Amino acid sequence: MKVTGAQALFMALEREGVDVVFGIPGGAILPAYDPLIDSKVRHVLCRHEQGAGHAAEGYAWATGKVGVAMATSGPGGCNLVTPLADAKMDSVPIVAITGQVPTPVVGNDAFQEADITGITMPITKHNFLVKDANELVETIRAAFHIARTGRPGPVLVDIPKDVQLQEITWRWPEEVDLPGYKPTTKGNLKQVREAVKLILASERPVLYVGGGVIKADAAKELYRLAVDGRLPVVTTLMARGAFPDDHELALGMPGMHGCYAAVTAMQKADLLVALGARFDDRVTGQLATFAPEAKVIHVDIDPAEIGKNRAADVPIVGDAKDVIAKLHTELKRRQEELGGPPDRSAWLATLERWKREHPLRYEQPADGPIKPQFAIQRLYEHAKDAIVVSGVGQHQMWASQFWRFSEPRTWINSGGLGTKGFAVPAALGAAAGRPDRRVIAIDGDGCFQMTAQELATSTTEKIPFITAIINNAHLGMVRQWQELFYEERYSQVYLSHEVPDYAKLAEAYGCVGLRAEHPEDVDAVIEKALSITDRSVVIDFRCDPREMVFPMVPAGASNDDIILGPEQIKPTKDPSEAPVA
Amino acid sequence: MNGNGNGRRLHTISVLVEDKPGVLTRVAGLFAARGFNIDSLAVGPTAEPGLSRMTIVVQVDRKPLEQVVKQLNKLINVIKIVELEPGEAVERELMLVKVRAEGETRARVLEICDVFRVRVLDVTHKTLTIEGTGTPEKLQALLELLRDFGIVELARTGRIALARGDVGIRDRGRRLKAVGERGPEWTGGGV
Repeated sequence: MKVTGAQALFMALEREGVDVVFGIPGGAILPAYDPLIDSKVRHVLCRHEQGAGHAAEGYAWATGKVGVAMATSGPGGCNLVTPLADAKMDSVPIVAITGQVPTPVVGNDAFQEADITGITMPITKHNFLVKDANELVETIRAAFHIARTGRPGPVLVDIPKDVQLQEITWRWPEEVDLPGYKPTTKGNLKQVREAVKLILASERPVLYVGGGVIKADAAKELYRLAVDGRLPVVTTLMARGAFPDDHELALGMPGMHGCYAAVTAMQKADLLVALGARFDDRVTGQLATFAPEAKVIHVDIDPAEIGKNRAADVPIVGDAKDVIAKLHTELKRRQEELGGPPDRSAWLATLERWKREHPLRYEQPADGPIKPQFAIQRLYEHAKDAIVVSGVGQHQMWASQFWRFSEPRTWINSGGLGTKGFAVPAALGAAAGRPDRRVIAIDGDGCFQMTAQELATSTTEKIPFITAIINNAHLGMVRQWQELFYEERYSQVYLSHEVPDYAKLAEAYGCVGLRAEHPEDVDAVIEKALSITDRSVVIDFRCDPREMVFPMVPAGASNDDIILGPEQIKPTKDPSEAPVA
Repeated sequence: MNGNGNGRRLHTISVLVEDKPGVLTRVAGLFAARGFNIDSLAVGPTAEPGLSRMTIVVQVDRKPLEQVVKQLNKLINVIKIVELEPGEAVERELMLVKVRAEGETRARVLEICDVFRVRVLDVTHKTLTIEGTGTPEKLQALLELLRDFGIVELARTGRIALARGDVGIRDRGRRLKAVGERGPEWTGGGV
């Protein structure tokens, strides 16, 4: 069958199981947008390519499938740079398809030309420039294979306009031939046995669970390992939902703004079992003083992560699902021989005491202003089954802290790159991928304004979700750092509660705009928002700008020096001098 | 060029890559992004069509070397990497050097060439252009001597190397020398 490159592209996307792509057309991708009309693939017309990229990410986070973004050459591709870098850092499987100027003028500084494969080389898992349509189908096939297997990540395919128009004979390659790409997925059994020996010998073990467990769909395996082994669990920002927060073995989130019990358990542990986690600086704090007594079992699909920041006593390269299942089988077998798990009641009692004595806390005065944590907690009480998406900053930390997650793929955020503006488009993508689930973006007022235009997409494409803006009139996390570490010299962090009028802005985009200004409004506004299912809703929670995120381990400090609350901070000036709204 | 003090030494890495556009940029970019200076890099085709071999010399500590090799191995177009230990590999480099050689010094330069068994490629009234081939150490020694006469210009290919013994890079165990120190946890290529 004779087809054009553009037709072959969509036939290949259909073969790959793609049901939706997020994108914006433009000159160099025009030929691809014509066969799109006749394709089964749904195109969601975004308002900014960055939005399309984050939407593809949100779709991938929520569904576990590969998200797809499309854009034109030059500025179109350049606007995908941030989502690609974000997806690289957080191992999110997405494929970006970009138009390129025709091959005869590549390199001539043609209109809307940018060397997008050159630009995105360090921020993609791999990328391709397709110079001949006869190679297009196998390239698309390879792109999806690379994106979804091994350590997942973003792949970009750049297709010059003449290649999209070139006529070829359709052929679907049965196999992907990538001689340099053979990820190790099966964990080595000898290493598994070594790991189980360490687990059985340990008195103070902690399972340090990272995003790899979610990516590998290994939550069930993790649950069995933790419960049968009586092993306490910390779930990193990337792994929230991998283990139920309400379980007695759950210690919550570790790291810079982690729970006391989670942070301190890792510090005092004699064994860390890192599962799909990478000893990121936000988790370890000062590396030299991190978990000083702990031996380390490090399970990761990426050999480069093992030993990168912390030496591993037992390294195991493999897919988390496979390795955790093997660890569980071996541990269970050994425990049955030994008559049960070792007696670690003292350790578990200590952890229980830390959880009880140092819970997350805040105070909501009845006469206001609204505390961000209160708004988030009330949202959780009303919408426990929602998929939660967040931007980056204080609201992200509070959302991760105060939402009680019970299943994987219900928490979506930008962890590694820390991309402000992630939430609204990622929520759009999540809602497109999971129309059966309520999606709530918990966003900051600073973040929201970076990508709010995708509310228009939500309305016109009928992909509704709720955006709860924790409006504290500031770039809150930067403000917090200036308060704590720059003698309250506030520099360029004030945004305003009123500008823009978020409720009116929402209405202008065809959404419902709601506002809560006092604590007593909060429940009613949330109930109202949840009663609307045919349109997107934006809630403007007017929150207290002075609230800070605690606990906190200052950057570069040891996790032993965790600050539990504002009373442990010595104010450098009268807080009333702060330029709050 | 020579390895010296401060805990670092020169490591020679042999990298088998697919001959695809941009592969050199990917490899070089990775070194730059991780903050390593490449001492020399030589690239050329292998006996297998579609495959090239890069010989990279980098001055770095053992642990960061392990990390960069692991990262290199993640590149989709990289098929295999081995580190060539000095005693276990044959290493050669080629250089062209134009050196001042007028009057009575010419005989002294030619004498040095004779001792080092290197060839003269071009002669003018004022200069000799010499082709030197050998181990990097030999070329270094030759250069030291020629420097006294005045070097007009110099071009070096960078080091190329092959492991001693009867097997090729493809047939060596799947475990890579530079990354496999910690045990059998690591078996494949690419991530």
